Amino acid sequence: MSIRERLSGNEAAAIAMKQINPDVVAAFPITPSTEIPQYFSTFVNNGAVDTEFVAVESEHSAMSACVGAQAAGGRAMTATSANGLSYMWEMIYIASSMRLPIVMSLVNRAVSGPLNIHNDHSDAMGVRDAGWIMLFSENNQEAYDNLVMAHRIAEHKDVLLPLMVCQDGFITSHSIENIELIEDDKVKEFVGKYTPEHYLLNQKEPIAMGPLDLQAYLFEHKKQQADAMCKAKQVILDVAKDFEKMTGRKYSFFEEYKLEDAEIAIVCMNSTAGTTKFVVDELRAKGIKAGLLKLRVFRPFPAEEIAKALSHVKAVAVFDKADSLNAAGGALYTDVTSAMYVNKNQVPCINYIYGIGGRDTKANDIEAVFNDLQEIVKTGDIQNPYRYMGLRG
Amino acid sequence: MKDLIEIRWHGRGGQGAKTASLLLADAAFNTGKFIQGFPEYGPERMGAPITAYNRISNHPITIHSNIYEPDYVVVVDDTLLESVPVTAGLKEDGAIIINTTKDANYLKKVLNGYHGNIYTIDARKVSMETLGKYFPNTPMLAAIVKVSGVMTDQELLDDMKGSFKHKFAKKPEVIEPNMKALEIALQEVHKVQ
Repeated sequence: MSIRERLSGNEAAAIAMKQINPDVVAAFPITPSTEIPQYFSTFVNNGAVDTEFVAVESEHSAMSACVGAQAAGGRAMTATSANGLSYMWEMIYIASSMRLPIVMSLVNRAVSGPLNIHNDHSDAMGVRDAGWIMLFSENNQEAYDNLVMAHRIAEHKDVLLPLMVCQDGFITSHSIENIELIEDDKVKEFVGKYTPEHYLLNQKEPIAMGPLDLQAYLFEHKKQQADAMCKAKQVILDVAKDFEKMTGRKYSFFEEYKLEDAEIAIVCMNSTAGTTKFVVDELRAKGIKAGLLKLRVFRPFPAEEIAKALSHVKAVAVFDKADSLNAAGGALYTDVTSAMYVNKNQVPCINYIYGIGGRDTKANDIEAVFNDLQEIVKTGDIQNPYRYMGLRG
Repeated sequence: MKDLIEIRWHGRGGQGAKTASLLLADAAFNTGKFIQGFPEYGPERMGAPITAYNRISNHPITIHSNIYEPDYVVVVDDTLLESVPVTAGLKEDGAIIINTTKDANYLKKVLNGYHGNIYTIDARKVSMETLGKYFPNTPMLAAIVKVSGVMTDQELLDDMKGSFKHKFAKKPEVIEPNMKALEIALQEVHKVQ
């Protein structure tokens, strides 16, 4: 039986880490993820975990410590947000290229400047090409569930890539909500023991990790990383299947909410998907066939699957909580439209940049987008596809 | 109870409005509800106006925006009445609950013609008489439960007894005064005629 609880998203992430009981956690506090290492350090202090907690002096060192610990043969975790992730930047790439399945909680927040502590996805979008698996979470439950599944995906021999679990800063990280927790022993059994094939502290196999890698090999090694990202897709689905057997909660690359017979649809990630569900329900009650594709797995990007899931709708809006400042649209939009083009899906598709710097995303805003989509279906006229939602006039 | 009740709290940093919203979420959770309790974080500092929110429902809650059309508004500090539009979006069939000793004429004047029910409680008096200090959040928690009916008085008292025991494990002497504050506040919240 699952455990009925009420927790904030940060508490949920910290509880997942407690149940995972990694060998090393290295972290530096930054709003709004600070509570995760804060709660976790109390678990270390009261003996609930036997993790080595490294209270580093910066995020660069946090990720460096995770790289060192994971390379040595341990299981390492961290948590951060925004500028903390920016400061890890160099080590983020080193973690993935050394094929170290480190797991991170990323509590999404706007990257400076000007200084803002609130939610958007500019931190996550900044590392979207860094070779990390990226899972997004609608609420505390998904932030927790994604962390429970994380190590099984990242550490799989076909994958060996680091993984980050994203959730929206403050909106879910600081909101108390209902959650179903899994018993400690079940999580322990599900996550399993970490048994790396190659690691630095293996006396029987002396190896070097992260040495100089010039023209003769780096290209091949990058191709191996790319292959691992491709293979991660099947592993993500397999782990989700096992997770469903344990909990009854179903996960895939994305959730299709009333999408099957939808004529107009929104694609988005994290907490806005929940608000969109509320709007979809309201519109459905009025007979409007609205639907939602909530993306969970952003990296690897399930291009073919998304194009197929959207092939029957008459117009799509993609929401980006970060502007790529490229004069062409946000990262999720360009990925989705590229997927549709390659898969010969010609559905009209528009982009909305929204929620930047914690601008609240209201049900009315989302309803207005569905109205825009109905108008496009009626007239076939897209005009400017690169739009803003909730911007003050 | 309606299927979904939305509550907005107005207070000042340090008065415990956020804590009260989390305690209400806790208590409603313990009576089997689906809940949300979340503050709106601004530049937080002692004395600055703050807002906190609750959603309480019989069904899972997916919406993740702030609350713009609340069923109930709780004002923990009446000095906010003239500077913050506390009745903004408040449903006419809902109610506003204010910690104040001001009279009906003043309240009607500052509430921008709000036609719904207005309730008041002197949370300062309740708090001073029971706790000997000014902690308005405990009386205001009782007041919103009484007015909204999200749970019965007894459910609140039973649940809070457990919460206080846990919360004040190292200060057991304040459990009984807090319980007393709840009991008195349940009686002391009055509708303004």
